[in-house]
Amino acid sequence: MPKPIVTLNSVVIRFAGDSGDGMQLTGDRFTMDTASLGNDLSTLPNYPAEIRAPQGTLLGVSSFQLHFADHHVRSPGDAPDVLVAMNPAALKANIKDMPRGSTIIVDKDEFTSRNLTKVGYDANPLEDGSMDSYKVHAVALTSMTVGALSELSLSRKEAERSKNMFALGILTWMFHRPTEATQKFLEAKFAKKPEILKANLLAYQSGWNYGETTEDFSTSYEIAPSKMQAGTYRNISGNTALALGLIAASEKSDLQLFLGSYPITPASDILHELSKQKKFNIIAFQAEDEIAAVGAALGASYGGALGITTTSGPGIALKSEMIGLGVMLELPLIIVDVQRGGPSTGLPTKTEQSDLLQVMYGRNGESPAVVLAASTPSDCFEMAFEAVRIATTYRVPVFLLSDGYIANGSEPWRIPDVDSLPAIPVEFAKTQENFQPYLRDPKTLARPWAIPGTPGIEHRIGGLEKADKTGGISYDPLNHDFMVRTRAAKIEGVEVPDLVVDDPTGDAEVLFLGWGSTYGPIATAVEALRANGQKIAQAHLRYINPFPKNLGDVLSKYPRVLTPEMNLGQLAMLLRSKYMKDIVGYNMVRGLPFSTAELIEAAMGVLDV
Amino acid sequence: MSDLTLTKKDFTSDQEVRWCPGCGDYSILSSMQAFLPELGLPRENIVFISGIGCSSRFPYYLNTFGMHSVHGRAPAIASGLAIARPDLTVFVITGDGDALSIGGNHLIHALRRNVELKILLFNNRIYGLTKGQYSPTSEQGKITKSSPLGSLDTPFNPISLAIGAEASFVARTIDSDRKHLTDTLRAATAHKGSALIEIYQNCPIFNDGAFDIVKDADTKDASLLQMIDGQPIKSATHGVVRNGNSLEVVELSTVDESQLIVHDSHNPDPSYAFSLSRLSGSALSHVPVGVFRDVERAGYGSMVHGQLEEIIGSQGKGDLKKLLHGGDTWEVH
Repeated sequence: MPKPIVTLNSVVIRFAGDSGDGMQLTGDRFTMDTASLGNDLSTLPNYPAEIRAPQGTLLGVSSFQLHFADHHVRSPGDAPDVLVAMNPAALKANIKDMPRGSTIIVDKDEFTSRNLTKVGYDANPLEDGSMDSYKVHAVALTSMTVGALSELSLSRKEAERSKNMFALGILTWMFHRPTEATQKFLEAKFAKKPEILKANLLAYQSGWNYGETTEDFSTSYEIAPSKMQAGTYRNISGNTALALGLIAASEKSDLQLFLGSYPITPASDILHELSKQKKFNIIAFQAEDEIAAVGAALGASYGGALGITTTSGPGIALKSEMIGLGVMLELPLIIVDVQRGGPSTGLPTKTEQSDLLQVMYGRNGESPAVVLAASTPSDCFEMAFEAVRIATTYRVPVFLLSDGYIANGSEPWRIPDVDSLPAIPVEFAKTQENFQPYLRDPKTLARPWAIPGTPGIEHRIGGLEKADKTGGISYDPLNHDFMVRTRAAKIEGVEVPDLVVDDPTGDAEVLFLGWGSTYGPIATAVEALRANGQKIAQAHLRYINPFPKNLGDVLSKYPRVLTPEMNLGQLAMLLRSKYMKDIVGYNMVRGLPFSTAELIEAAMGVLDV
Repeated sequence: MSDLTLTKKDFTSDQEVRWCPGCGDYSILSSMQAFLPELGLPRENIVFISGIGCSSRFPYYLNTFGMHSVHGRAPAIASGLAIARPDLTVFVITGDGDALSIGGNHLIHALRRNVELKILLFNNRIYGLTKGQYSPTSEQGKITKSSPLGSLDTPFNPISLAIGAEASFVARTIDSDRKHLTDTLRAATAHKGSALIEIYQNCPIFNDGAFDIVKDADTKDASLLQMIDGQPIKSATHGVVRNGNSLEVVELSTVDESQLIVHDSHNPDPSYAFSLSRLSGSALSHVPVGVFRDVERAGYGSMVHGQLEEIIGSQGKGDLKKLLHGGDTWEVH
């Protein structure tokens, strides 16, 4: 008798295991297979800073959460419906997030007394009744994997490594995912290791067969494709989207992309992606340190290339002086800050939004720069393109803020039409008499981009205060005052789109105003609140310096403004000081994105006033 | 070389030179302005990038492209420029504090990569712009404002440091010896990769006379060990001979001329140039001058562009549409 198939609207699955168990890969594969079915989705990888923390310990647990549905999905979901726990540590680290009645699949072979003791279980939770309120599938993942591979000439240890594919096979069966893409992926990945390839394919197939035949799994589930805008889609992480946005902008501006970067979590993947794409004539320079990385980018920009540096918060701290030079030299420079928990080394693999004030003000002197913030993984593409447009048009340093959550999280991305991306026109100063390097464009206040190699405009610039127009060294008090104000006016005058407010009833009294990666959780919370009859408006800032011109009007329209931030109120501080508007903050710094539930609760607190 | 006929005047900017009277920087500037026409390069293809310090004002006085940047970082900025723009000739102007203290990291990495930079390190063994503190090349025990009881720091030997950093061209010259300085500039600019020139430079205000022994007519001939390719390394009174695995300075009267080391700056073994660099101590009683090391090694910028040409040649220029559509895609209708 065939097993019953239940149709669901939305599912959240979390894969959890030791950091050596391949959970990120397993999650990635399940995501790709889900995306290809047309479900909308959002992912959240969560892993320790240690590459291989001691095996089987809570410290070493790595997880990957995926939310997929037959409708629009904006966040990776609060509470998993399904947890795959590869060992007791993974169970212990994640059980608190599991709602009663949810499904938990564990590798029961790993629940040995030694492993249980290691994470502080006095008794085996699979046997002591403590998990009676969950649907527990205790599967002998390890031994069944080893059994399935007994024909191959692999050691037990090598065979055990394929147990993640066995687990993936079960889930693939359970949720009716297609298997071809993962099989192809494995074939490509292990093309040079035929025995390992066989092991992975066999484990994957055995897992699927196990789901299909065993009585332990009585039901499978279907989730219909989501209604999405027509087009070609791919699943994309924020870091990849950001790198692609930079390449697109380099192509559309006809400027050679010069990346100066120093490896740092969670920004390194941008360096990797750009290093991979050298056929786009990209120079990806891995510098000796953060300072040299931005210095080389600035030097390249001085020479007429598209100078870009990518880093995270600690890197910004080191680059500050050089960015100040960029402010003084008035050259295009793009500084990408993929934020992580701070201060100091902080939480390298966890997300936070606490660099906002650093990028706004973390330089000596009056040193204004443009600040943009991407709101979702796919928005990283658009904002990277914007960063290049603004930097080259106004000849200024532009910060682009992302964070660990959207950098590593992924979602389906509707691939833009290359021809519809606007050109970014760039003009270099031409040979001329009496060239003045600081003579400004009256509209943009940009100075000429005057690159070496152009005869007749040889000139000297530097970090010392510039005389207006001529760019010579000037210690004149009035000139300094003028130049400080002019640099500020230039940034203030950067044209950015108005803030779009979503207020369906038009008479909401509360505005949910966010920035950066909080978009997904806020939008999900707003949807739920509206479904519950609440009137609430939503707006999301992607341009922070300068703010959109209509922001003051928007703020004054709403009696109460609620701003959730993964910091202690940095945007709220900027808004209060500029607009004299009180802002209700909701601030948490746990290294994780907000849950929908807590944002709903926070909103209810403001709505009920 | 092109047939451009520029003169020293063409390379002199309209800026008033503002170093202290008697500063060694004047003679270096003058030698440079006089030398540049010899390169036969158009002015717009020459760029001087400096850090911070007295010497770093240098770019303002040359009618080329120039950038006076931030402390210690000139090699980093210049690397970006030189890599992005292989058509330019890029000089870095730096001092002992700028290059060896705050910017030490950038210096060694530019040298090991062999970025096409000509780095002129003005060594006056003192902090001048901040008015007289000891520098990383000041001799141990030096009394300065920040070391009233004597500096405890062991000084750097910039030549040894550069050779240790895999530099492909390393030389030493002296501010006031116009001919030697010009010859050294000529050799450095003819070299394809990174070139580091240490220039002994007198600071008349905070460290006057630091190099008198190698400049005064009555002492210099005895203290300067001239390194000229194909010739024995010697001063008027001393010569360099092999002693086991290293080199030593001996009185000429004690050895036969044939025992002297015949200089070969192209010796691929860096320990040869390193041994030479160790012959001079803080006291400067014997100072090798000239080119320590000049070996051919691919320049970083040319390798970067070589890689780009190779990948574009074999795979074609990247196609943006293809890139965006990379990986697993699916259609929604």
